[in-house]
Amino acid sequence: MAAPQTSNEIAYNGPMKILVMEDDREAADYLQKAFAEAGHTAHVAGDGETGFALADAGDYDVMVIDRLMPRRDGLSVIAALRSRGNTTPVLILSALGEVDDRVTGLRAGGDDYLTKPYAFSELLARVEVLNRRAGARESETVYRVGDLELDRLSHSVKRAGREITLQPREFRLLEYLMRHAGQVVTRTMLLENVWDYHFDPQTNVIDVHVSRLRGKIEKGFDKPILHTIRGAGYMLKGG
Amino acid sequence: MALSLPAIMRTTAARLSALYFLLFALCAVLLVFYMTSLSASMLTTQTKDTINDEILGLGRAYQNGGLPLLVRVVEGRSRQPGANLYLIADANGQILTGNVQSLEPGVIETEGWTTEPFSYQRFGEGELDRLRSGDQTAPQAGGGGAQSEGEKGHNAIALVLRLPNQMILLVGRDLGEPERFRAVIRRSLTLALGMMGLGGILIWFFVGRAALKRIDSVSDASRRIMGGDLSGRLPVTGAGDEFDRLSENLNSMLARIAMLNEGLKQVSDNIAHDLKTPLTRLRNRAEATLAGRHKTQDYRQALEGTITESDQLIKTFNAILMISRLEAGYSSEQTGPVDLAATVSDVVELYEPVAEEAGVTLEATAPAAFTINGNRELIGQALSNIVDNAIKYSTDAAETPKVRVALERAGSEIKLTVTDNGHGIPDNADRARATERFVRLEKSRSQPGSGLGLSLAKAIMTFHNGRLDLLPANPGLSVVMSFPLRETH
Repeated sequence: MAAPQTSNEIAYNGPMKILVMEDDREAADYLQKAFAEAGHTAHVAGDGETGFALADAGDYDVMVIDRLMPRRDGLSVIAALRSRGNTTPVLILSALGEVDDRVTGLRAGGDDYLTKPYAFSELLARVEVLNRRAGARESETVYRVGDLELDRLSHSVKRAGREITLQPREFRLLEYLMRHAGQVVTRTMLLENVWDYHFDPQTNVIDVHVSRLRGKIEKGFDKPILHTIRGAGYMLKGG
Repeated sequence: MALSLPAIMRTTAARLSALYFLLFALCAVLLVFYMTSLSASMLTTQTKDTINDEILGLGRAYQNGGLPLLVRVVEGRSRQPGANLYLIADANGQILTGNVQSLEPGVIETEGWTTEPFSYQRFGEGELDRLRSGDQTAPQAGGGGAQSEGEKGHNAIALVLRLPNQMILLVGRDLGEPERFRAVIRRSLTLALGMMGLGGILIWFFVGRAALKRIDSVSDASRRIMGGDLSGRLPVTGAGDEFDRLSENLNSMLARIAMLNEGLKQVSDNIAHDLKTPLTRLRNRAEATLAGRHKTQDYRQALEGTITESDQLIKTFNAILMISRLEAGYSSEQTGPVDLAATVSDVVELYEPVAEEAGVTLEATAPAAFTINGNRELIGQALSNIVDNAIKYSTDAAETPKVRVALERAGSEIKLTVTDNGHGIPDNADRARATERFVRLEKSRSQPGSGLGLSLAKAIMTFHNGRLDLLPANPGLSVVMSFPLRETH
């Protein structure tokens, strides 16, 4: 059942050029190494001024910026870059984890916010989703992954031409997964983007929602399409 | 309470007493000076009027009967008891008649009113004084003041006239009376000052020292408390005065501090227990993996286990931090309108698949919309923790496991109730303890979780000025989140 590979089916997942602004030498080295292992190139700036200079000069796909840095704090670097027309997606790293800290960070021009300590798999997933070359799928009305098709206007889902009935939340869940098809999506990303909550549920409620959705879009079809990525999250991938 | 003088002066009561004493004394002195000068001038005027009257009378006598009549009248008047001073002298100043024996020299040389009081001696007085001073053993009879004044002679003012025949007529009046008056005033001033001083000391002694004692007992108690006895409280006498109010306020502050301190102690104890145990496990696992010879697969598994356990640790740690912040009341979380009905449907929707998988019926009854002022994230988290627990603990229900979420208005509160039909918590004391941090009642020890879910929910309710109550539901447990209605918009 070879579905046509449309251009928007799988997001760009090639190597990224990442700028990491982090004053903790060890953490920065670890990030550089870990990004390299994931196939990306990461440059490290140890303080806000160096980071600003690098970001202003270089062409990066994503920036990971620590909120508290010597010489210039992360939020002011982001604000300065934005005012100079730099639209590179930014993920803010912070030890401050309250909802309001997140709001402040996003308002300053950040695109995502991750609280320390974090799992690298979480950071990687979020950075890959932020990648500006991943394509702006917001504007598309129909998402296609393999033989799975989701129409955002008519709220209909089809797989191999067969209509699949989804609950509203399941539809939104699938919509998010399809928007980031080919990318790892973590459980917290799903809770944040589909339910708009930022806390850690005691039980992994997301897993149950995903497995329900999986039952609906995979049952009766011969090929799995919603994959569990161990230790990280989920990925919707056709082909 | 032996205090040295500087120590006494450092007390507010003594300072206030001293200040009031000085103020009153100053006022009294000013008043007395004003009174004496006023009355002295009044007395002088009166004296002068009397003298003028006398002069007029004597003048008429001189006109009618000439010098002999004048002399007779003067002699007659001179002999009357308490008489004014009369004197007739010749042109050379030689005293001819009257009741004055001697005068300060120069008084009768100028005509008109004497400018200064002058001293004089009456007839007979000189001999008496000489007798008295000669007899040392004589009792000091009579007014002491009058006697000493008699030594130097009395003071008087007088009007001096020159008769047409160049003879001199003097009519004067003794100033003893105004002077006595001044002395009386002076004495009463001294007495008043003395009484004021005494009063100040008495006020300080009774009022000030009483206040001082109360303050001392408060500072003693606070010293004891600072010494580490956080259970100590400041004395409240029951008088209902400002000292009691102060003590009561300080006591409620102490109660809060003690509560926070207790919470801190509990947290550190519990951190020690609940974080050390998994940390030790983590470390032991890593050590054991390193020690033996394993296949790559085993290392992988060990590392994955390590990551899972670290994640659990981070979650626990975050929950502890959040509870502490919320309870300490310095969370910066903002509040805004929150639709509780939407939160209920969100959380129920979130947990519905989990409940179904566990064979639990999850129901919700809520009005279409119910907006309060709060923090949506926090309320959502609290409710999901409670629903999470309810689902876990309803699985051992006798009948079909069921969890009901109900949102309703009850009097002045909005109640969000989560009821399960499991075994509940039959013991009252256990139920009360269930919201304490890390408390996991024996039966639930086997269930996964950090034991912080209900504590966090309780802290979130405290943050919203609400309550979290655990009530028996027969069977099962009702967890009630009560929001005050005045918080609504």
